[in-house]
Amino acid sequence: MDERLRRTMMFVPGNNPGMIKDAYIYKCDSIMFDLEDSVSYAEKDSARDLVYQALKTINYGDKETVVRINDPRSQGGINDIKAMVAAKVDVIRLPKTETVDDILVCQEEIARAEKAYGYAEGTIRMMAAIESAEGVLNAAAIAKCSKRLIGIALGAEDYVTDMKTKRSPEGTELFFARSMIIHAARAAKIAAIDTVYSDVNNEQGLIAEVTLIKQLGFDGKSVINPRQIEPIIKIYTPTEKEIAHAQAVMVAIEEAHKKGSGVIALKGKMIDRPIVMRAERVLKLAKASHVL
Amino acid sequence: MKVVKTGTSGTMESSDILVTVEESKDKGIHISLDSPVKKQFGSQIKSVVLETAKKIGVESANITIIDKGALDCVIRARTSTALYRACDSEDYKWEAK
Amino acid sequence: MSFKLEDIDNLDKIENLYGMYDDTKVLKNNVNIKKEGKVLTSIEEAITKCGLKDGMTISFHHHFRNGDFVLNNVMAVIAQMGFKHLTLAASSLLAVHEPLIEHIKNGVVTRIETSGVRGELAEQLSRGLMDIPVVFRSHGGRAYAIHHGDLHIDVAFLGAPSCDPFGNANGYSRDNDNGVICGSMGYAKTDAQYAAKVVILTDNVVPFPNVPAGIPQSDVDYVVKVDQVGDPSGIMSGATRFTKNPKELMIAETAADVIEASGVFQDGFSMQMGTGGASLATARFLKEKMLRKKITCSFALGGISGQMVKLHEEGLIKKLLDVQSFDVDAAVSLKNNRFHQQISAYYYASPDNPGSAVNQLDFVILSALEVDVHFNVNVLTGSDGVIRGAIGGHQDTAAGAQVSIITCPLTRGRIATVVDKVNTIVTPGKTIDIVVTDQGVAVNPLRPDLKTKLEAAGIQVTPIEDLRDKAENLVGHPLPIKYTDKVVGIVTYRDGSVIDVVRQIVETDD
Repeated sequence: MDERLRRTMMFVPGNNPGMIKDAYIYKCDSIMFDLEDSVSYAEKDSARDLVYQALKTINYGDKETVVRINDPRSQGGINDIKAMVAAKVDVIRLPKTETVDDILVCQEEIARAEKAYGYAEGTIRMMAAIESAEGVLNAAAIAKCSKRLIGIALGAEDYVTDMKTKRSPEGTELFFARSMIIHAARAAKIAAIDTVYSDVNNEQGLIAEVTLIKQLGFDGKSVINPRQIEPIIKIYTPTEKEIAHAQAVMVAIEEAHKKGSGVIALKGKMIDRPIVMRAERVLKLAKASHVL
Repeated sequence: MKVVKTGTSGTMESSDILVTVEESKDKGIHISLDSPVKKQFGSQIKSVVLETAKKIGVESANITIIDKGALDCVIRARTSTALYRACDSEDYKWEAK
Repeated sequence: MSFKLEDIDNLDKIENLYGMYDDTKVLKNNVNIKKEGKVLTSIEEAITKCGLKDGMTISFHHHFRNGDFVLNNVMAVIAQMGFKHLTLAASSLLAVHEPLIEHIKNGVVTRIETSGVRGELAEQLSRGLMDIPVVFRSHGGRAYAIHHGDLHIDVAFLGAPSCDPFGNANGYSRDNDNGVICGSMGYAKTDAQYAAKVVILTDNVVPFPNVPAGIPQSDVDYVVKVDQVGDPSGIMSGATRFTKNPKELMIAETAADVIEASGVFQDGFSMQMGTGGASLATARFLKEKMLRKKITCSFALGGISGQMVKLHEEGLIKKLLDVQSFDVDAAVSLKNNRFHQQISAYYYASPDNPGSAVNQLDFVILSALEVDVHFNVNVLTGSDGVIRGAIGGHQDTAAGAQVSIITCPLTRGRIATVVDKVNTIVTPGKTIDIVVTDQGVAVNPLRPDLKTKLEAAGIQVTPIEDLRDKAENLVGHPLPIKYTDKVVGIVTYRDGSVIDVVRQIVETDD
């Protein structure tokens, strides 16, 4: 199970040198370079070369690098895979994932490229992006079908078009998709990433949406502007109360271990494995937000 | 590889570089450079372009560059794309990290 | 008369008397003076009446920025009248002042003293246009030099958006909506006070008394009505907008955190914000902190923008001391708000006066073209060695403030901001305390107290050498700029001493 935090995944258009070269400056957990929808057909090769060179040269620190490639059944997509595997991107994101077969086809190309470049098989991870009704319905199977998968994301724009509806602030139209994706992610023990919030100037709207998806259990959200990063991190930062409680849990565990006791209690309540795991996650988030 | 037509890549946006590759009658790579940091980085930019052309295997070309403060990795990328377009080739050679 | 002068004992010991009173001299009802006031019919007449001669020093202010018509129009008349070898002491020179190139070539102007130069004029100066080096002074340094007579101004030509016939001039109009607006006339005030002759040029003559006055009539000799003193769109824009640039916002937020951690962010603090997106955005983040801590600012100094005005009107900043208004909101506030006051350059920043406003500052946010590993700052020349900026109040505020903070991106395009050695030292590193970039915060080793405070607040402090290295790894190693031996600019420190020189750049055809 991948232990990495993915609270914010910053989307960077692949043909934009200014944004690509600055991406490492911001406090996002992952950077997603896009070779797909944000790049015009005529410039796919330019974007590929640019992201390839950037990944090989620029130090992105401990941020996770992700690339959204084109359809792996097309020559462009195959070239994307070759170039991005060569550049050793951390994760390849497959857009419009609808079936298990989509993942397997992509995976095969990746494996071929890994072999060609002398990387161990499985070095390059994958991420599925669900953007249609079919994808949502197959989410559970998709999430479990490959060991390479680190996460599954929702792409709402294409999804609501497929569903013949449109986005609303409340997100009613996304509820089922979000539910399916979070379940698929948890059952497969991979990350769940929510869709982009496109109104960059509406911080309140962003906060409301992130609060909702966090409560649903999502690990994080895609962002399209660095300004969105901080409000999201804030929401994923545990409160002082939560931190104190988590620390108390860990102390109780420690003491119980020392005593050799099997049953652990804190303030009269039994502490079992789920509570411990929650406490560990709280402390991990707290450290990442520098409040601990 | 041989240049068979004009190939261009890049834009004039800040931090980008516009590279135009054209056929040259003489041997060798001839570069004309316009850059706001010409004094400080002119020779570095040219050397990156030459290195890229060499790696790709292009020996003769006229390359016109309008730089807007691009870093070396951007110069390599745009030059590479422009060269491949100019040579009408998809014989890409990516290298392992 | 009941007395005779020769009968007064010890009269020889009193030197300031001028003989017997003469009743035949007309002293009352001087109808002509009241009607015409000090108003003359043309710039030419003013120049003649001021007794301008070859070799004299003339001055202009830069409150009209790139919308200024005054300097070019007056210089055109001066040139046409045949004057030569003048010293031009403009408070600053901008791109719009390009016509000076011709006047310099024709020998009308042979010396320049100013805070900064931009545009084509700056490019040409860097390429050796003048024989005598340009003398660069900070606003405080210029005021000090003027006050002490080191820079003697023979004639000051000062444009004003409104002026009454006797010379009470303002940077706005209370009588009508005609004319342009520039707000504070801070730099002009000092010239008006000390110049031998003062001419106000205005396109908007208003009734006496134009008070409260930025420049009082008691400092003014003549008034000339012209068609237009400037172009409003070049003088100032509407309100200065909040930046949306994520890099600038990051820098601004970090700067605000640094200020909060520095120890000077207490109730009654005083501040100055520079220009530029990051500086102005810092004010917004500070506001949140002020509200949270329930503290207010006793005064803001500058360089006043609409944002400062807003905070003032919301009660978060008690008073505004304005030497230059940055936008229309600030100019209008100067006109209407009682506690928004304009101050002269001398009041603002003179190094010889302990009461100087800059000395009262708790912190100042400044920008930089380059900062080096000794914290020296360059705000005058670009990385290509060409003059493109101005000292402004940089040296003055850095020296006067308790905490001086530079905000800048680590790189601008392919140009490193943090470097090993700046091209031109303008502000000495000793007076710069903290550098805030988008990729790290550095504290001057001379301020271990600040380093401790910042680290205690959880702000990571990076050695400035690491920032330099990071910048160079990104952009690459630049070739050094080639200069000739000729000195084209002398950079003075506030006290008139020479801190650095600017040399002529070598032109390469490539």
